[in-house]
Amino acid sequence: MIALVDYGAGNLTSVRKALTSLGADFVVPSTPEECTRARGVIVPGVGNFGATARLDAPWRDAIGNAVAAGTPLFGICVGMQWLFEGSEEAPDAIGFGAIAGRIARLDGNAEQRLKVPHVGWNSLEFRGTARLLKGLTSGAQVYFTHSFAAPVTPECVAATTHANTFSSVVERDNIFGVQFHPEKSGDAGLAILRNFLEVCA
Amino acid sequence: MLTKRIIACMDVRDGQVVKGVKFQQLRHAGDPAELAKRYNVEGIDEVVVLDITATLETRQALARTINAVAHEIFLPLTVGGGIRSEDDAAAAIDAGADKVSLNTAALRQPELIATLASRYGSQAVIVAIDAKRRDDGFAVYVRSGTTDAARDAVAWAREAESRGAGEILLTSMDRDGTKAGFDCEMTAAVSDAVDIPVIASGGAGSVDHFADVFTRGHADAALAASIFHYAESSVTELKRHLRMHGIPVRL
Repeated sequence: MIALVDYGAGNLTSVRKALTSLGADFVVPSTPEECTRARGVIVPGVGNFGATARLDAPWRDAIGNAVAAGTPLFGICVGMQWLFEGSEEAPDAIGFGAIAGRIARLDGNAEQRLKVPHVGWNSLEFRGTARLLKGLTSGAQVYFTHSFAAPVTPECVAATTHANTFSSVVERDNIFGVQFHPEKSGDAGLAILRNFLEVCA
Repeated sequence: MLTKRIIACMDVRDGQVVKGVKFQQLRHAGDPAELAKRYNVEGIDEVVVLDITATLETRQALARTINAVAHEIFLPLTVGGGIRSEDDAAAAIDAGADKVSLNTAALRQPELIATLASRYGSQAVIVAIDAKRRDDGFAVYVRSGTTDAARDAVAWAREAESRGAGEILLTSMDRDGTKAGFDCEMTAAVSDAVDIPVIASGGAGSVDHFADVFTRGHADAALAASIFHYAESSVTELKRHLRMHGIPVRL
């Protein structure tokens, strides 16, 4: 059973639909303790980093205990940003801190007509191998919609460039994250979700 | 590199896809879920469902239609038409929409843009602008194109951006359904005035029209309805053609 954490940031409908279509057994936990019993934890997210403040101490502790016990944790979009220490978008909100580094605003580039938010399909440039990217090839395109992004750290297994080069996929041990929306990225996105489910199996 | 998006739009009335010319003479074009299923495999990058009669008949977008469409596609889904309040937007998003498109309501109560942007994020809020050319610029129309809003499209797009809109969906009423090509001048005027992505709409009739609007029109995305509904042009062929012209697309 996978725990799909709902902390009120945007809607879970599309992630639910994608997990359902993949035949995943999942629940939206009503108490933090349910995360410690799950085979995997997904922290989705749409919108503002500030919303992650609702993942308060009990949730952070429960997710932290699950991760320490080896349970795979998957952050999507703002959920991936939350894996880091914090974000320029909401400096008062503290990240989960599993990955060192802070989230920063994308610069864009007016001359090259690179706008922010970065909205649309962009490519994943692989850096080494990753369980999350099994079956995909470097250059695979996925759907992004965001204004803030993670730095390229040792956990970066795929990077994307939109004026700045940022981490679009991170993976280290049982910590996984994607900046884009796998639930909105057609077959490539479904493959990534399926890979995470396989890691949890 | 960020690719240019090809967006399929379904104008929906009474649960069926319809299409008109210059906002008139509607004819049936099929079942929304069936069309969505086709788009999912054909390489469409995004889908927009517009409940076109909603504004006139004060109906909310049909949750059932949204749900049926969302069930068929794992692509970004935008819903517009009759979204007048935070509750209407919440209903559309709960039914499976990723973004909502505001038109008449955004002009009537511009604070709704900020309300929705702070609740769902700017990426979930599209401001749709229906505009016609005039000697002095581009005039905005509301209520499904029936009422002159006494606003200029460029100024209104700037204001929408400053209020928190994440994208602009710009429809040329002069070109809608004509297959005479997008209004590249109007699209470029709006696109150059804002930092958020602009989706060009109205007039798509050939693959060259898309190439035009991405180059001359400075569009970030292009939306079309008829040419995809009636399978007059395959999405893959369109994208190959664009790539040949050096325009980055997802293939």
